[in-house]
Amino acid sequence: MTLNQLIRSDIFTLRNAGDDTERAITVPFCCDLLSIAMSRAPSGCAWVTVMANMNTLAVASLSDAACVILAEGTCFDDAALAKAKTQGIAVFETGLPVFEAALKVHDLMGQTGQA
Amino acid sequence: MDGSLMTLHYDVSPTDFTRAGEASSDVKNKLKQLGVSPQVIRKVAIAMYEGEINMVIHAQGGHITVDILPTMIRMELKDVGPGIEDVERAMQAGYSTAPDNIRSLGFGAGMGLPNMKKYSDTMQIDTVLGVGTTVTMTVDL
Repeated sequence: MTLNQLIRSDIFTLRNAGDDTERAITVPFCCDLLSIAMSRAPSGCAWVTVMANMNTLAVASLSDAACVILAEGTCFDDAALAKAKTQGIAVFETGLPVFEAALKVHDLMGQTGQA
Repeated sequence: MDGSLMTLHYDVSPTDFTRAGEASSDVKNKLKQLGVSPQVIRKVAIAMYEGEINMVIHAQGGHITVDILPTMIRMELKDVGPGIEDVERAMQAGYSTAPDNIRSLGFGAGMGLPNMKKYSDTMQIDTVLGVGTTVTMTVDL
């Protein structure tokens, strides 16, 4: 499944599309501890977290996540969102809990094909 | 460093935790432009970012030198912080002396040094209490 297919599904609120909407989403990944996410987030993952701060973006970029999905109604402040736009990182928001948001990604991957 | 194809220098700001990661991001982008493999870039990015975060949390910033050599990437992270009292303990996953405000941001889980060791091919820690710490890591190309 591509990032673009996730965007078009309208499951989550898109805050920034990022600079490569045709890249593949490899797997949903859930983690709020940035130290763990830094080393464990698989390349190309859809990272679901409630940790909405500037460092989340650094970890997303350096671990090469395909997108960040902020769950439970969390959101970036204006400065962080501006940084996401500058760095070309795709960002979604949702009021869903972390597990349900990841499950939505998983289900959509099943419907659209894994990559 | 002799034989270096490119040397990059970064000052790590001691005051702004939100800027931590900028040096690692810049190195990542430069390696990408040079056509270095994604696997190597990921290892360098993770190892260097963890070091960068450590410098901000524990050592009031410092200086990073990155040498791109024909066969490896070499990173030297030098600070004039308090030094590491017990290196062996600091290397244990889960051990951390980070304060609560850092933990609330999602760090301080005691994964920094273990992650640096895991993602680098060699790592050396030179530390003197009250003087500072220099961590040198290499990642093979």
